[in-house]
Amino acid sequence: MSGVDYLSPTTIAEAVKALGQAGGGARLMAGGTDLLVQMRGGRAKPQTVIDIKRIPGLMDIRAEGGGFVIGAATSGAVLGEHAALRKAWPGIVEAANLIGSTQVQGRASLGGNLCNASPAADSVPALIAAAAVCIVEGSNGRREIPVEKVQISPGKMSLAPDEILIAFRLPPRPAKSGDAYLRLIPRTEMDIAVVGAGVSLTFDASGTCMAARVSVGAVAPTALLVEGAGMALVGSKLDEGALAKMDAAVAAACKPISDKRGTAEYRTKIACVLARRAALIARERAGA
Amino acid sequence: MSRVRISTIVNGEPVEFLGGGGQSLLDALRDELRLTGSKEGCGTGDCGACSVVVDGRLVCSCLMLAPEAEGKRIETIEGMQEGSELHPLQRQFLEHAALQCGFCTPGLLVASKALLDRNPDPSETEVRYWLAGNMCRCTGYDKVVRAVLDAAAELRQERPR
Repeated sequence: MSGVDYLSPTTIAEAVKALGQAGGGARLMAGGTDLLVQMRGGRAKPQTVIDIKRIPGLMDIRAEGGGFVIGAATSGAVLGEHAALRKAWPGIVEAANLIGSTQVQGRASLGGNLCNASPAADSVPALIAAAAVCIVEGSNGRREIPVEKVQISPGKMSLAPDEILIAFRLPPRPAKSGDAYLRLIPRTEMDIAVVGAGVSLTFDASGTCMAARVSVGAVAPTALLVEGAGMALVGSKLDEGALAKMDAAVAAACKPISDKRGTAEYRTKIACVLARRAALIARERAGA
Repeated sequence: MSRVRISTIVNGEPVEFLGGGGQSLLDALRDELRLTGSKEGCGTGDCGACSVVVDGRLVCSCLMLAPEAEGKRIETIEGMQEGSELHPLQRQFLEHAALQCGFCTPGLLVASKALLDRNPDPSETEVRYWLAGNMCRCTGYDKVVRAVLDAAAELRQERPR
C-alpha cells in the first residue's frame, strides 16, 4: 500500500475530474472497510485513492421531498442514531447495522456496501425493497438509477468509469407502511449473509396489502428484486395462500451457488423462509 | 513517494507528522508517532486490537488511512490513564484478571470506554454485542464482560447522574 496517492476532494466536480483523469487507476473510498482490506490483500491495487467523505452532503441524512436523501458515505452508526430514519425505514437501518462490528459501523456506508458489489451485501436487499434510487454524477452530468440496476455481477457495476454514487433517495412513506430485513448467518454477529431478504409493504385501512416489494440477497450474482413475490402479496391480507405464492416466486427467482456457507437447495429454501418472516415483521411495523 | 503532512489532535495534544497516502492510521500511530499501544492483530478490521476513537467514533485504525486523520481528534489507549491514575476500566481488567497475553487488551479497553461514554449502564448483552468486534484468543470474554460491568458500576458511583 506504499506509493498510493491520497486525494480528498471537497466538491463532486473535483472528484469526478480526478476519477476521470486516473483512467481506471483510482478507487473511490467511503468508509474503506472493504477497499482497504482488498488493497492489503493485493486484490485492489489503485495508484490513487479518492476519499469522498469531505464532499458536503456525502456524510449526512436530509429530509427532502417527503422522503430522505442519505449521503453515500454516511456511516452505519450515523444511520442507527437517526430517529426519524429509523422510524420511517427500520428495515434499511437494521440491514445497514448488521454489517460488521461496532468499529466497522463507525465507518461502513450504504454507498460502499452497494458499490463493493457483493451479492451478499446486507443493505442492498433492504434498499431495493424500499424502492431506493441512487443519485449518480459523472462527466455527463447527474442521473438517478434504481438501486437494483447498479450491480450487474459480483464486483461489477453499471456506473460509467467516472461516475460517482453520491446519495440514495428514499421515497415518501405512506401511512401504514413497514419494512424489514432478515439474514441468515450461522452465528449471531460478524458474518456474511448466507441468504438475506428485504420486504417493504403498504396496507390500506382494512389491512389489505396495497404495495409490496420483495428483494433477496446472496442467492444470485446480484441482489434481486422479485417482482412476482411482491405481486403475490398485493390485494391480500398476507394469508397462507398469498404467502405460498410469494414462496413460489422467490424460489423461482433464486439462482444460488453451493459453497461452504450453504448449498443451492438450502439457500433457496431459506430465502422463502426469510421473505415470509420479513413480510410478517413489515406488516407488524406498518400497524396493519 | 506521496508523503503528506498531517495535522491532528492525538489524546488532546496537537500533533503533526508525515504520512504516506496508502499508510494506515495504525501504522502512522505506531511508526511515526511511536504510540505502540494500538496493536495490529489482523490488519483487516476483524480483531479490534487496533481500536481507536476518531471524532467520537470507535473505529479500527487499520481500516483508516493516515491522511484521513487530517483535522480529526484521535483518542488512543495511551490517553486513557488520567495522570498516574489508571482508568476504572484498566483497574477492573486487572482486578478480574481479564487478560493473559494482553495483545487484545488496548483495543478492548478503548472499545469498552467508547461504550461507557455513551451508555453508562449497559446490560451484559449490550456489552457483548458492542465488543463483538474485539477478539481475545486466550482469556475469552467472561472476565472482560464482568470487568466492564463492574467498571460501569464504579463510574456511575463516582459520577452520579
